Amino acid sequence: MADDLLVARGIVVAYGGTARRGTAPTVLHGVDIRVGKGETVGIVGESGSGKTTLGRALLGLVRPIEGSIVFDGSDITALDDNARRPLRRRMQMIFQDPMSSLNPRHTIGRILIEPILLHGLVTDRTTALKMVHGVLDRVGLSRGTVERYSYELSGGQRQRVGIARAVVLRPDFVLADEIVSGLDVSTQAQVLRLLGELTSELHLALAFISHDLSVIRSVCQRVVVMREGRVVEQGPCEQLFAAPAAAYTRMLIDAIPLPAVDPGWLTRGSAMEAAATA
Amino acid sequence: MTAPRLSIEALTAISLRDGGKPILRKVSLAVGVAEVHGLVGESGAGKSTIAKAMLGIIPSQVRVTGGRIAFEGRDLLAMSGRELREILGRDIALVPQDPSTALNPARRIDAQLTDGLRLKRGLSAAEARRRARALLEEVQIRDPDRVLRSYPHQLSGGMRQRVLIAAAFGLEPKLVIADEPTTALDVTVQKQILRLFRALQERHGTSVLFVSHDLGVVAQICDRVTVLYMGKVMEQGATVDVLRAPHHAYTKALLAASPRYDRPDSGLEPTPPEVIAALQAEIARFDVGAAESGDG
Repeated sequence: MADDLLVARGIVVAYGGTARRGTAPTVLHGVDIRVGKGETVGIVGESGSGKTTLGRALLGLVRPIEGSIVFDGSDITALDDNARRPLRRRMQMIFQDPMSSLNPRHTIGRILIEPILLHGLVTDRTTALKMVHGVLDRVGLSRGTVERYSYELSGGQRQRVGIARAVVLRPDFVLADEIVSGLDVSTQAQVLRLLGELTSELHLALAFISHDLSVIRSVCQRVVVMREGRVVEQGPCEQLFAAPAAAYTRMLIDAIPLPAVDPGWLTRGSAMEAAATA
Repeated sequence: MTAPRLSIEALTAISLRDGGKPILRKVSLAVGVAEVHGLVGESGAGKSTIAKAMLGIIPSQVRVTGGRIAFEGRDLLAMSGRELREILGRDIALVPQDPSTALNPARRIDAQLTDGLRLKRGLSAAEARRRARALLEEVQIRDPDRVLRSYPHQLSGGMRQRVLIAAAFGLEPKLVIADEPTTALDVTVQKQILRLFRALQERHGTSVLFVSHDLGVVAQICDRVTVLYMGKVMEQGATVDVLRAPHHAYTKALLAASPRYDRPDSGLEPTPPEVIAALQAEIARFDVGAAESGDG
């Protein structure tokens, strides 16, 4: 098993500010998760499961009211913005909707160069541009992309820009939140292939949030199943898919329609669903 | 074989914005009585243009330049607006993609469900309300009276989609156009909705044109399937045959790209460049042929 890079224990998150008086709705009820160095961990769940909130808590974008987050041996749970700054380069995020996460008024060049300068990887624009050219080559975009704007790119190209922006900073940890959910299957395959290659080349730890268990199975080594703010089950993909321990996991797997005709699929498991959703 | 309920014949359309670029290239497909026919393809394939053409809501930058859409032998494209409106809702109904925008947020569910019943079926207000309640029971809504009193925002996505399915099947249409009806839903809810949809369709003998990008959903719900790429039919046939032994390279590529939890080592195969080149050549050959025969 890989050395731990990120370990979160007992994470409780409530939204609304009056959490300590118990009036804010709690969206995470004590979640444990660990991501090893170079490991890809899937976080799967349906809407309201808290998977996106968990990702945001891991990156320090929301502050848990209980629990601890240890990154590469240091407790980062209570760091303020200043103290967190050196971590920001090492912990990157790829967003669900690249259209809304890339500034439409900035060229792709500016979007990629600015974080490099901001984090002080290099200090001059010429060297930064060289780094950008290198990463564009790697993610399969032409160098001319630096002159273009996000709205001129296809969904797949925008998501390659999102990946480039994250990996060019040489992070140790990347959070990818539903990054292929809007893409066609052929584009999805290209983007996930690329991400898989990069995580192994760069020895990246990846937390891969998705609602799609088929994608998770193809991309991740381990998976965490969430429901209503709790971890239902977690384990190595091979084991969890072959013999899920929780009824909810079984139900999620059975709900995936495979691209092969299965005459019993529609009616199978309806009693269990009724029980699980009652 | 009995006459199909819906027959799309050589439907051809161009984009007026992109210098007359073809959007639909002689698309033909037939949907039989009580058949669920999948129309599958990636973005830009022309799936929604076909659905919009049937509903008479073609965007202004698209022009249909050839072909017909025959519903029980009558060409929908040749009908007047009045004739088409009469058929829509009564004989042809739509289940839309996004249940959060398809309902009027300012009106209660009972008002939205009873409109059609009164206008298209001539029911009184009380009869329409009774019928609406029965429809909600038919889509397995446990508390129909509460739902009838509710506004759309008070319902979950799955509940809203049940209401829309009830609305679509409520007038006992002969043909339902389902446009990605479960794309916005969680997988467990999707499965319940698909099960319900298929049960209603079988009970009423409804014909369905089921538009989807998801081969998995199509596999589980469609009797036959048409695979569309860049506005051209690449392959069609019984779903079981097309998915088990696809003939066309495009269908094979779609299947190879689809991830499967039961086969983690296959799937996610990017389409090889030579396959993409061959597909583009096939489209180009078609366009040259269409231009030469003067009907492109």
